[in-house]
Amino acid sequence: MTTPSHRTVPDVVAYDEAVARYDPVMGLEVHVELNTASKMFCGCAAVFGAEPNTLTCPVCLGLPGALPVVNGKAVESAIRIGLALNCEIADWCRFARKNYFYPDMPKNFQTSQYDEPIAFEGYTDVDVDGETVRVEIERAHMEEDTGKSLHVGGATGRIHGASHSLVDYNRAGIPLIEIVTKPIEGTGVRAPAVAKAYVAHLRELLRGLGVSDVRMDQGSLRCDVNLSLRASADAKLGTRSETKNVNSLRSVERAIRYEVSRQAARLDAGERVVQETRHWHEDTGVTTSGRVKSDAEDYRYFPEPDLVPIAPDRKWVDRLRSALPEPPAMRRGRLQTDWGFSDLEMRDVLGAGAQSLIEETVAAGASPASARKWWLSELARRANDAGMTLAELPITPAQVAAVQGLVDAGRVNDKLARQVLDGVLAGEGEPGDVVTTRGLEVVSDDSSLSVAVDRAIEANPDVAAKIRAGKVAAAGALIGAVMKEMRGQADAGRVRELVLEKLS
Amino acid sequence: MSDVTRLSAAALASALADGDVTSLQATQAHLDRIGAVDGAVHAFLHVDADGALAQASAADERRAAGGELPELLGVPIAVKDIATTKGLPTTAGSRILEGWVPPYDATVVARVRAAGLPILGKTNMDEFAMGSSTEHSAFGPSHNPWDLDRIPGGSGGGSSAAVSAFEAPLAIGTDTGGSIRQPGAVTGTVGVKPTYGGVSRYGLIALASSLDQAGPVTRTVLDAALLHDVIGGHDPLDSTSIDTQWPSMAAAARAGDISRLRIGVVKELGGEGYQTGVRTRFEESVQLLVDAGAEVIEVSCPHFELALATYYLILPSEASSNLAKFDAMRYGRRVAPDGVRDPSAEQVMAASRKAGFGDEVKRRIILGTFALSSGYYDAYYGQAQKVRTLISRDFASAFEQADVLVSPTAPTTAFRIGEKIDDPLAMYLNDIATIPANLAGVPGMSLPSGLADEDGLPTGFQILAPPLEDARLYRVGAALEAMLVDRWGGPLLDQAPRLEVGL
Ligand SMILES: [Zn+2]
Repeated sequence: MTTPSHRTVPDVVAYDEAVARYDPVMGLEVHVELNTASKMFCGCAAVFGAEPNTLTCPVCLGLPGALPVVNGKAVESAIRIGLALNCEIADWCRFARKNYFYPDMPKNFQTSQYDEPIAFEGYTDVDVDGETVRVEIERAHMEEDTGKSLHVGGATGRIHGASHSLVDYNRAGIPLIEIVTKPIEGTGVRAPAVAKAYVAHLRELLRGLGVSDVRMDQGSLRCDVNLSLRASADAKLGTRSETKNVNSLRSVERAIRYEVSRQAARLDAGERVVQETRHWHEDTGVTTSGRVKSDAEDYRYFPEPDLVPIAPDRKWVDRLRSALPEPPAMRRGRLQTDWGFSDLEMRDVLGAGAQSLIEETVAAGASPASARKWWLSELARRANDAGMTLAELPITPAQVAAVQGLVDAGRVNDKLARQVLDGVLAGEGEPGDVVTTRGLEVVSDDSSLSVAVDRAIEANPDVAAKIRAGKVAAAGALIGAVMKEMRGQADAGRVRELVLEKLS
Repeated sequence: MSDVTRLSAAALASALADGDVTSLQATQAHLDRIGAVDGAVHAFLHVDADGALAQASAADERRAAGGELPELLGVPIAVKDIATTKGLPTTAGSRILEGWVPPYDATVVARVRAAGLPILGKTNMDEFAMGSSTEHSAFGPSHNPWDLDRIPGGSGGGSSAAVSAFEAPLAIGTDTGGSIRQPGAVTGTVGVKPTYGGVSRYGLIALASSLDQAGPVTRTVLDAALLHDVIGGHDPLDSTSIDTQWPSMAAAARAGDISRLRIGVVKELGGEGYQTGVRTRFEESVQLLVDAGAEVIEVSCPHFELALATYYLILPSEASSNLAKFDAMRYGRRVAPDGVRDPSAEQVMAASRKAGFGDEVKRRIILGTFALSSGYYDAYYGQAQKVRTLISRDFASAFEQADVLVSPTAPTTAFRIGEKIDDPLAMYLNDIATIPANLAGVPGMSLPSGLADEDGLPTGFQILAPPLEDARLYRVGAALEAMLVDRWGGPLLDQAPRLEVGL
């Protein structure tokens, strides 16, 4: 063959083709911002969304002479995370400096951990569409977050083309835990689903520990995805790319699919995959090349001389271990059995982030089915309209249980109950108060109902005749008329009984 | 009062307590002395006359109000320009920090203020404390009052010059490899490097975090002890600060006892390479101690031979990282790169660091960056840490045989300005006897042992004690000082040439 090869390499190949030819190996690095009151090494408040550069001090601004002091609460959270991931907890470990220059990093080094992480050698069992996949954890280590750069004047908000940059150091020094998996192998075509399930699982586990807000949209949970392809499961590992900025569950799945397809295209063409950092673009669904990892990238790690080693007392670690919450999978299974929900129903509950809310609503006296109904329909709709999560709605599980209690007692019907919810959400007080102040109680006084039923029969002689003739199904029209007259404040069941009594 | 600037801090404190002089008068007298001689000495980078006088007035008012008063209340002090001072410029001797005014006080400064010592100003130093002569200060060298053509030591040459020129009775220094003790030796003053962790590092612009330690620079052992008591003690803002109850250093100095003391002369810190006059004065001091009842033995610390090499790997490594923050992004001098339109942040950082750092700083940043690089770390930084452990073990076994170790502080008397500026290795050798203490974290003191016969310049006597045993330095140092002053017929500095007004 002498045909010169002028064909261009396609950017991507179809995902199914790619995984048919190559075996993907993933590594996931998840950064979790802890929800401690103060930062990792100073007393500044660690909160999201404050005015830029108002939560700073000499330490987190890296002023000359300032020194760090470790936040003990952050160490405790790190140990609890390690324990929840079945890790070993170091008897003795140190912080290290990771040296590189960047304007959003005040000291031009990040205080992190290097070869002595606080937690290492663990695993966690992830449910992937009903099947359990064990993900091995290499390490979980402590570090500090950087500031946040805002690039102004360019079209994309990225540094390229920007006229200047603004830096907010409020985030600088917020405690981070980086959780690194070992290479996840053997997932084949399911690689994207496994990655997504792992991150969702981790989010649930961390939420259960109460150590982080785990809001991917606010950056309190961030994911970097390492991916490589190899010819077969027994071939040696291929060159990997590290994709940053993968900040939603859906993106985790999509970014891996994309990288599999992209790397397969390179390999198909006989090219090599470049070891590099890539950026995920949520809008276009592609990754683009960032900086190439080379020998020049040398962080010159060395033990942080401004801090003393951390040697967690074993008794303390044991206490933390025994006080860990029930693992999510176990809790999920227990609750599903207790509640008698189907797999599908349970999945919806989890998808809506309603498990704890339902648990608390049931604890406050509602039936599991009613608790699920309120949270997943009526309240889910309102949360969605308000752009909030269920937990952020200004209503407590106890209040939801109280609303259901009013329904069970026959004091309000479902329609009125929705108005009671409106009242509670509008800050009008407890459900009982809303019923009173809004005058929502159903009319259970038979004499006034009886008058209204008589009037309805009089006004609808045709319908009445049908019912007398045995067509009970026609009663609905009369019930509707009565309910309308009573402005909804009647027990529809009782109205039906009265209608049928009078026309029998 | 004839001349309050000639008084020791302890004597001035007594005069203040007795109402013989006010702090305002004493502070003004020192400011006048600074005005008269600092043109020649150049001990200060910044003099804060207004601030010092205001603090002096406040001290006088506090004394008038009575009650429990700090012993050094109203005694003025000078502070090395490496400690942050709220509202006062702090440069660490570098152009890169020119014009920076810190928004906070270093802990040592806060403690000095709380004890009511008026701060006269900030003293000169080698840039970022890298040097043994102050010749690496970006703002020009300080001069030794014994001979203005000579160096006052370094890096804290400004503090030692200020104290020896009677511009201040007290000064704060920092010692990473000898920067308090070597200047003390060459100016005939007293300098103490406390146990690592004994004095807070919070607010000291870091050179090498695991070696840096602040301490007193004074004219007498008792004065050093009094200042040590003010600045020392646990600080929760410094994680390496030792949380312990320290004994009174002043009480130890006042006790001044050497009976039944076992003195170890370190074989490796003397002999070859040490100036004859330095050795002679050292041996005389040892003999004085023996005559007074101390037992002398020779101890060997074989790994001290490796101390200098170890130090010059650890120090630059840590310094290369500590100095990374000076990037002109948030504070300090910003320089735009030549001929670049719309320079990037990285280009501005590079240009500012190029213009802002002196050659010695760049040399050490490059050394440290190299020593920490992947592939070299084990051979350099890692190996240096291992040797450091061996040096600590040498100290531990030496202190099993002796209560204190002694040596000359510096191998030579003050050299001429310019003499070693082009020979970094010769410069580094000045700290050969002081560096081991920093590597092991043990406390050390230098006090004057006399004048070398060949050049008539001061020589220093170093005392080292086990970690946490700083009080032992004062007990021994004060006893030796008393015998020496007795022999000299007065303080050594009385023999220094008078710097005349208008020089
Ligand atoms: Zn802060």
